[in-house]
Amino acid sequence: MAATTKKSKSKIDDSRDPIVIVDGIDIVYRVFTSGKLANRRNIGNKKMERKLKIREVHAVKNVSFTVYRGETVGIIGTNGSGKSSLLRAIAGLTQVQNGAIYAAARPVLLGVGAVLLPNLSGEKNIILGGLAMGFSKQAMHDNTDSITEFAGLEDFIDLPMRTYSSGMSARLRFAIATSRNHDILIIDEALSVGDQQFRKRSEARMREMREKAGTVFLVSHSLDSILDTCSRVIWLEKGVLLMDGDPKTVCAAYNDYTGPKPAAK
Amino acid sequence: MTLAEYAEKHGLKRVGARSPFVEYIKDSWNRRVFAATLAAYNNEAADARNRLGRWWVVLLPTIQAATYGLIFGVILGAHARPANFIAFLFSGVFLFNFMNGCFQGGSNSITGNSGLIKSLSFPRVLLPISAVIREVLNFWPPLVLMVLAMLFTREWPKWSWLLVPVVLVLMAFFSMGLGMIAARLNSQFRDLGKVIPFMTRIIFYVSGVFFALDKVLGSQPLIFAIFKFNPFYDFIQLSRSLMMSEFVATRELWLQCIGWAIVMPIIGFIYFWKAEEQYGRDD
Repeated sequence: MAATTKKSKSKIDDSRDPIVIVDGIDIVYRVFTSGKLANRRNIGNKKMERKLKIREVHAVKNVSFTVYRGETVGIIGTNGSGKSSLLRAIAGLTQVQNGAIYAAARPVLLGVGAVLLPNLSGEKNIILGGLAMGFSKQAMHDNTDSITEFAGLEDFIDLPMRTYSSGMSARLRFAIATSRNHDILIIDEALSVGDQQFRKRSEARMREMREKAGTVFLVSHSLDSILDTCSRVIWLEKGVLLMDGDPKTVCAAYNDYTGPKPAAK
Repeated sequence: MTLAEYAEKHGLKRVGARSPFVEYIKDSWNRRVFAATLAAYNNEAADARNRLGRWWVVLLPTIQAATYGLIFGVILGAHARPANFIAFLFSGVFLFNFMNGCFQGGSNSITGNSGLIKSLSFPRVLLPISAVIREVLNFWPPLVLMVLAMLFTREWPKWSWLLVPVVLVLMAFFSMGLGMIAARLNSQFRDLGKVIPFMTRIIFYVSGVFFALDKVLGSQPLIFAIFKFNPFYDFIQLSRSLMMSEFVATRELWLQCIGWAIVMPIIGFIYFWKAEEQYGRDD
């Protein structure tokens, strides 16, 4: 696939089977600001500091792309470039200002920090998560052990989830979410807190999902894991889609952009 | 061909668009076990960090009734007090608490479960429904206390006591509708959370929980008629009239309660479903 530049319109390839279509979306947040923007002119100006107003943050600007069946799409970009906003919009959790997003199935987002029910044990979280995804109670009782085992939490599964470390809860959430085959799975840095061993296991499972014709979106700052798992990479910078195409090409360009640092091994 | 036409051609649907009404009902029904299990687990976890644990389910209503009994029965005057005050007060406080609990639980069900909403997709209406199931599961201790209060004050069991569960079911349906409305309102206007305590206070004072409405408002038929339209009053009064010899279950009361139990869940469900796309968004 040829890398396209930001100006070219997303092309329509009628011979392939689209799974997600992002059609010219803008995401704008309106946030109450307290205080002020610090710049040289207004430092020390008490009147400016007390103002409370609404500021618009244009997080994603006119982004379009089409994802086809069986692709694993990596999304890269510096902090605050709009990656998470874009993924949340694809999952239907953030409203888009303009444009629209179409998907063949309901995308499932796996993010950092989203704890299910902190006061319940890991085991009960597994059962509830499965029931919410539409499994029967019997199926969940049968599956609990294999989910626990995949998450590697056999010794802690009876403890409330609030006592888990961020890595442990990320493993559990990943295990619950992938216990069912989703057509579209979105992973927002959720694996970055996992250890090396779990990362290998989760990457294997993502490949497995892709083979079952699932589509995976993956945000990560680890270019290694993007290169390992993705078949396509999208680079967002300041809300604008800069590059979209072959992982090696895009990651190399991103490496040049972020400045000299040890090249990915 | 535009992208939108392309999407339609391949059967792609707009993300976040709420599902059609009938499909939504089906989805919710299929996951009813989730709502019930969530309620049961939440109940278990609620008191896990208290020393007395689940005993609070029994202790809390007892303390509550004792407090109100002290204030309204001993400290305040007796002019608005009906004949069998203890039974009157217990039934009033417990039934009001049930409906109030559903309302409060419902109003917190979306804002308090954002982790669940952000991680998993399921019909969100299951959350306020689960809050009502939780109240139902927690209602047996107050119910036992209510029966004990009746026996203690020499209200002997009659056949009409058997109809009380019917009223409780009607009341649960009414509360479910109330909870759904509260859930949407609270998730869209967070400011409402500040006002809700005052609203429940006002309803508490006008629903005849601790004084007999007819004794206070008997001389003003118009205001009394308006007060009698209040569903909280209707459910409390109907339950009392089935258990206590002092009151009569009129046809009017029955019709009003049945009406509320049918109309409220329908309105609540539709109102909640209309905003399905917006729950769990944090902008």
